[in-house]
Amino acid sequence: MVDLALNFLFNTQLGFLILTVLKAFAILVPLLMMVAYLTYVERKVLGAIQLRKGPNVVGPFGLFQPFADAIKMLMKETVIPSGANKVLFLLAPMLTFSLAMLAWAVIPVNDGWAIADINVGVLYLFAISSLGVYGIIIAGWASNSRYPFLGAMRSAAQMVSYEVSMGFVMVTVLVCVGSLNLNDIVMAQSKLWFCIPLFPMAVIFFISTLAETNRSPFDLPEGESEIVAGFFLEYSSMSFGLFFLGEYANMILMSSMTTILFLGGWLGPFGLWPALGPIWFILKVCMVLFTFIWVRGTFPRYRYDQLMRLGWKVFLPFSLFYLVLVAGVLMAFGWLPHVA
Amino acid sequence: MIATLAFYLFAGILLVSAAMVVSARNPVHAVLFLILSFFNAAALFLLAGAEFLAMILVIVYVGAVAVLFLFVVMMLDINFTQLREGFQRYLPVGATIGVVLLAELVIVFGGWRIAPGSDAHRFAPIDVAVENTRQIGNILYTDYILLFQASGLILLVAMIGAIVLTLRDRKTSLHQVVSKQVARMPADTLVMVDVIRGAGVPADHYLRPKVAPVAAPEAAHDSHGHGGHH
Repeated sequence: MVDLALNFLFNTQLGFLILTVLKAFAILVPLLMMVAYLTYVERKVLGAIQLRKGPNVVGPFGLFQPFADAIKMLMKETVIPSGANKVLFLLAPMLTFSLAMLAWAVIPVNDGWAIADINVGVLYLFAISSLGVYGIIIAGWASNSRYPFLGAMRSAAQMVSYEVSMGFVMVTVLVCVGSLNLNDIVMAQSKLWFCIPLFPMAVIFFISTLAETNRSPFDLPEGESEIVAGFFLEYSSMSFGLFFLGEYANMILMSSMTTILFLGGWLGPFGLWPALGPIWFILKVCMVLFTFIWVRGTFPRYRYDQLMRLGWKVFLPFSLFYLVLVAGVLMAFGWLPHVA
Repeated sequence: MIATLAFYLFAGILLVSAAMVVSARNPVHAVLFLILSFFNAAALFLLAGAEFLAMILVIVYVGAVAVLFLFVVMMLDINFTQLREGFQRYLPVGATIGVVLLAELVIVFGGWRIAPGSDAHRFAPIDVAVENTRQIGNILYTDYILLFQASGLILLVAMIGAIVLTLRDRKTSLHQVVSKQVARMPADTLVMVDVIRGAGVPADHYLRPKVAPVAAPEAAHDSHGHGGHH
């Protein structure tokens, strides 16, 4: 019976479809739980930073707070402004959320544990993350309101700018690996994680991911002290909730990208306990996520011209220089990855 | 079977959205349909096994070019009726170009279909065993490196041209010297004055600007005091 079911799943086309859907659930359900608890952890950590308690009323230690929030969001009324473009207004949060989920198809949590182990995994991630800006632009435009449009403009300029230096950082890693496959990228770090030889690039990448996810100190698109709430000003209830979930899912995604590119993915430090692959992966992701929150609690928001200057005048030339340097070193010492 | 279904799905959406690009009334909708058709074209590339091209199409066109395009269209105040007026006039030219493109595509793809031997005469025959990222790299960076570099130079010239066109003179535009801003210390602008505990704070005994700011002229205030009504 079990053999028959396995045969059906692995050897027929319909079975393959069902198997893929099951795999998607296997990654999305824990991911959404993680998103829920990331909001909780963020409030707790920020509370600790600011000498407050954070959520502590709903459930033990406030642990049920994310569910209370979810129920609150579902129960509220979805308000659509009368001047808004209805279809696009509702499409934008869905787009943001589904793009944040879509990218997880290629993330390897352990050796070969990815739904789709494709040759161009890095490019796929880059492509999906570059699409994320559309949810924000469409939201800003469809709201038919001033502040959201300003937020959308800021966000688009910011995300396009930081994508450039992020691209160069990825190219530097790819030069060291010789493959676009995410599995190969992690396996290439079995001796030495890339965050050591490419430390400046890892820092640039992390800061760029902050800008890419519109997180503090680069949260100008939603800068509440200047443009109220930016691009999601007009959103309420679950349409706001989807933006919220999308932002946190994107944070986790960017953290896992950092983990895969620089922190050795599922590999334990010094090759410790290789059997614990997914645990290592999750631990590293959580560490990067903690840094996200830590940065939010520590740094004031950038001014817009400072943001642009950092992206175009500091990160771009430096990452370009470092790419040439890395390529030159690899070439000079004959360390270029073996060409098949 | 799934691949065939997927092909018809993507191709169908591509055709419909491409038709909507030219027929949509709202230019923002037109650009969004253009983006959708780019995306579906990328999916078709993927089905054809050209995964590198598919991803580059999404990254370059959808992720960067179309974003700027969308912005320009969103911020321009376009007169839609005026835009429609040219439609009749440009129809013959547009139709001719369309027919020429269609004929060329039919010749190219028909050639493969009717005479499979013509495959051998292509400029860069495909080696199926090597993944296509590597193939494109080989062709671009070994066989056509000069042309590749030349196109890069042309793009650089275009970029410099765009910068020169938008560059204003330095006298009227405001600039900030970041190193100066960063190097500015509190001691440069502020003086710290010791305050004796319990002796009260005289007006000049606190951290204050070195150069006293010019006081606002009192005459500007109205006689009702500072209560508002300005």
